[in-house]
Amino acid sequence: MGKSAKAKSRQQMQYKDYQQLAKQKQLKIPVFRNVVVAFVIGGLICVFGQLLMTLFMRLGFAQEQAGNPTVAALILIAALLTGLGVWDVFGQFAGAGAGVPVTGFANSIVSSALEFKREGLILGIGGHMFSLAGPVIVYGAVTAFVVGLIHAVLR
Amino acid sequence: MIFLKAFLVGGIICAIGQLLIDLTPLTPAHVLTVLVVCGGVLSGIGLYEPLVKWSGAGASVPITSFGHQLVQGSLRELETNGIVGVLGGIFDLTSSGITAAIIFGFFTALIFNPKG
Amino acid sequence: MKATKKLGLQTVAFSRPVAIVSSASCVGPLEGEGPLRGSFDVVYPDMLNGAGSWEKAEVGMFKDAVQTALGKGKHSAQSVDFLLAGDLLNQCISANFAARDLGIPMLGLYGACSTMAESVGLGSALIDGGFAQYTVAAVSSHYASSERQYRFPTEYGGQKPPYCQYTVTGAGAMLLTNGQNIPGLAPRITHFTVGKIVDLGIKDPFDMGSAMAPSAADTILRHFSDLGLQSDHYDLVLTGDLAYVGSSILSELLHQSGLELGNRLRDCGLMIFDRERQQVFAGGSGCGCSASVMCGHIMETFKQGKLKRILFAGTGALLSPTSYQQGETIPCVAHAISIELCDDRALGGGTL
Repeated sequence: MGKSAKAKSRQQMQYKDYQQLAKQKQLKIPVFRNVVVAFVIGGLICVFGQLLMTLFMRLGFAQEQAGNPTVAALILIAALLTGLGVWDVFGQFAGAGAGVPVTGFANSIVSSALEFKREGLILGIGGHMFSLAGPVIVYGAVTAFVVGLIHAVLR
Repeated sequence: MIFLKAFLVGGIICAIGQLLIDLTPLTPAHVLTVLVVCGGVLSGIGLYEPLVKWSGAGASVPITSFGHQLVQGSLRELETNGIVGVLGGIFDLTSSGITAAIIFGFFTALIFNPKG
Repeated sequence: MKATKKLGLQTVAFSRPVAIVSSASCVGPLEGEGPLRGSFDVVYPDMLNGAGSWEKAEVGMFKDAVQTALGKGKHSAQSVDFLLAGDLLNQCISANFAARDLGIPMLGLYGACSTMAESVGLGSALIDGGFAQYTVAAVSSHYASSERQYRFPTEYGGQKPPYCQYTVTGAGAMLLTNGQNIPGLAPRITHFTVGKIVDLGIKDPFDMGSAMAPSAADTILRHFSDLGLQSDHYDLVLTGDLAYVGSSILSELLHQSGLELGNRLRDCGLMIFDRERQQVFAGGSGCGCSASVMCGHIMETFKQGKLKRILFAGTGALLSPTSYQQGETIPCVAHAISIELCDDRALGGGTL
């Protein structure tokens, strides 16, 4: 092996040994607890969403259309709780249970806008609103475009 | 009964998200992006709509449904307006969700202050 | 020609130990409720303290720390030759904006969380080299300002892993002078070991402890080796902010190299918070962590005569959100300062 290749492989061994040591001493993520809590909280948020949907259908919305005001209501609730400063505590507790439903999407938008309001209305609130939620919108749209294209071609 | 199904499906989607966050180096933003793309793909192959019909909010509340609605928007425009609709229709069905997020987000940011 | 005040590979020995005239620490409410409560000069009621933003609050805290240290040392800002200061924010705005109002000639520094050790070391070197009579070393960090810069908005609902650390809202300042100006017993800086940047491949920006431990080990071992010290030379070897995970790794790394420090090895990040009672995950981090502990509790302990000789090793992780997003690992640095309680007759590296 050349000198630099030898040095590189020694460095990789050092990295590997160290990372093994670091992993040993690591404070372990309580995966089981997190998954159970995410399951329960996520499930409950969806049950709450279902309650809202039933309510909106009683108020006259057809089943296909009741989804829109339901999502809007959930976004409003998550936005208010973010503004009141309690969503971050809830999110730390519930993990993906709070983050995966549309409430997580709302929180990422509101928390960004809220944090950067000190940088003004335009560049602060306006400029930062989608910094965390952007990828979801971008890749959702890209997927829809690709899927749509595939459908168009297959017809 | 619909409530139990909503609980189960919603819970499972969130549990999958949590597993991805805890067991992979993916950040929450990555995981949500993956879930949206999965929702879109499942929608494209016709599997997401039946899930929504079966479990109601269990499938329409998680972020996967956002991917589903984006795809459905595109496909509906494709039906009515041909290939141009693939681009034009994407945000048709989700516009209320995105608009709600912007409007509520804006006013919340205006009224409240971050507490750290 | 050899550098006459350099020992070994990385250590500078001051020809006359530099005296610490006075120090001050100002912290936020969470720190003020922790195990070291009572040792801080100022505890703010909240993280804004009436300012218009987190950053402006941090500037205020920074100024308070410097002005309080000067007041305790009965010195005015005009009599200080140089201010050596830094913080965690982009372009070091806390230190620079505070310095603008303090009016002291300013040398801005960035060593991430190791900046306190760096500024004390350099401030001492300027004095020992005859370039200054009085210098002030000061740093600050703020939970919310660093959270929104390095990680996520403060109201974001993302879940943090148990091994992450909590950035201390705190500022610390030390007034240093030529040893001859302070008669009698006082804590004095005898050596400064400048660290090399060490990177063993840790990528997770929430895992600071694992990233920084190798650089702490590297500098501490280098210091002991440069000076030919026994493992019981210091009463206390105090790292800046390795917290629970990093400290545990450091003990192991030192043990592997034959240095056993036992319970003489402690960490500011573990001292400033009570991990059981306070929601701080693995422990404290940030420039303000080591600064507020050193400038408050540790200096007080020296005054009470309970410490004779310590090694303070400030540790810093030199990443940015950009480097992380580009897939880079996290390079870290640690600088070490030895402080000894001795009188003004001590020369050339303390009692060595």
